[in-house]
Amino acid sequence: MISAIKRFFNTFLLIDLLKGMAVTGRHLFARKITIQYPDERTPQSPRFRGLHAQRRYANGEERCIACKLCEAVCPAMAITIESAQRADGSRRTTRYDIDLTKCIFCGFCEEACPVDAIVETRIFEYHGERRVDLYYTKAMLLAVGDRHEAQIAADRAADAKYR
Amino acid sequence: MDYLQQLLGPAWLPIWTLAKIIIIVLPLLIAVAYLTYAERKIIGYMQVRIGPNRVGFFGYRLIGLGQPIADAVKLMTKEIVLPTGADKPLFLLAPVLAIGPALAAWAVVPFTEDWVLANIDASLLYIMAITSMGVYGVIVAGWASNSKYAFLGAMRSAAQIVSYEIAMGFALVGVLMAAQSLNMVDIVNAQRGGFWQWYWLPLFPLFLVYLISGVAETNRAPFDVAEGESEIVAGFHLDYSGMAFAVFFLAEYANMILVSALTSIMFLGGWLSPFPFLPDGFFWIAAKMSFVLFLFLWFRATFPRYRYDQIMRLGWKVFIPVTLIWILVIGGFMQTPLGYLFH
Repeated sequence: MISAIKRFFNTFLLIDLLKGMAVTGRHLFARKITIQYPDERTPQSPRFRGLHAQRRYANGEERCIACKLCEAVCPAMAITIESAQRADGSRRTTRYDIDLTKCIFCGFCEEACPVDAIVETRIFEYHGERRVDLYYTKAMLLAVGDRHEAQIAADRAADAKYR
Repeated sequence: MDYLQQLLGPAWLPIWTLAKIIIIVLPLLIAVAYLTYAERKIIGYMQVRIGPNRVGFFGYRLIGLGQPIADAVKLMTKEIVLPTGADKPLFLLAPVLAIGPALAAWAVVPFTEDWVLANIDASLLYIMAITSMGVYGVIVAGWASNSKYAFLGAMRSAAQIVSYEIAMGFALVGVLMAAQSLNMVDIVNAQRGGFWQWYWLPLFPLFLVYLISGVAETNRAPFDVAEGESEIVAGFHLDYSGMAFAVFFLAEYANMILVSALTSIMFLGGWLSPFPFLPDGFFWIAAKMSFVLFLFLWFRATFPRYRYDQIMRLGWKVFIPVTLIWILVIGGFMQTPLGYLFH
């Protein structure tokens, strides 16, 4: 009986609705969590997995030894490698392509690589105006590596003790 | 002004009336534009977002105040797509039918004791009649689009608006019993003497019913089943684009402002100040309208959409009995010495 009366008043005085409005009313004054992207950015981890890069040793020699572990491990089959023997007798890639439209940025290629040749960088704001622009060839990957080597090396060093 | 009157002769009256209409409609349209901005901003804040804050004037962002202007320009320059299967004359007529009543109703709305375009004795009846016309825009739009979603939206809207019109009408019957007048200026003047004399207190159930019916009447969340974007895409204005869509949009927001103005006049004492020692004036009705509009936005930010049968149940089985009972209570009290409570 009492609960029925209580229910009646709760219904007609719109108590539950007022409670709901109190919640939204409180949030009206809550601190806003929006990050205004081009002006503000969220912090990135050294392990951030963005655009791929091919690295070189300090002497300018490319690291990749064409072991094709990355190609084998790639779940999206985004990597295509062809290799040949170079004049000095070492095995090198003649073709190393990553189709970024296929890539799922899982980071397995980076984990599989025995010589830290293929890495993922912090770059996430790249674009292509045609599909083919997102088909990265060996030269393009090496160029990315050359441009950002300092950051790449710093990130590997920061993460070294956990690897 | 006398000089102008002499100069223009018999042309004076139409010109002066036209000028007054522009004085009412132009600020109204600007208010509509900035109501959309306020809506996006307030709902954004309630969702812990910032809302539009980029578009400004002359290279300054000004917390996004340029947004409504940019939206208007965008909508005006967009193409109006006519669906192949649509009934073209009706399709183009529907937005006009929607905006016409939404603007026409303002003719009798008093902003202060003297600021009213037409101070007619049956202004309450006129409002009831004109706002009922608004539903034709929605129905015609849904029919003329020749699309099942638009048609569903129109059907829902028709049933909903007709149901809530009754509850709304009964709520206003209570007001006119208390004010003993159909004239809105008289209704406000009958509420003189501080905020405890306004009709929201003696007619509290009717005030709630009117406010909620007003939300339903304007097809606003949580009663926006006519649009129902998650179920029937956009409902009645699904096939409209560009300026034709903008006119529907305008009509919806003009109706919101209208309902807030009517709520302020009927229940919140119009231009009267809340305390007798403060001067009355336009400021008060503007403040009250803003408050009611804020409630509209607050509702939208808070409540999920009603299911269709729940809307019907609420309208017919709750609101209409509540209003009828309260009318009975008012009528009964008026026969006793306690009748002054309701005057």
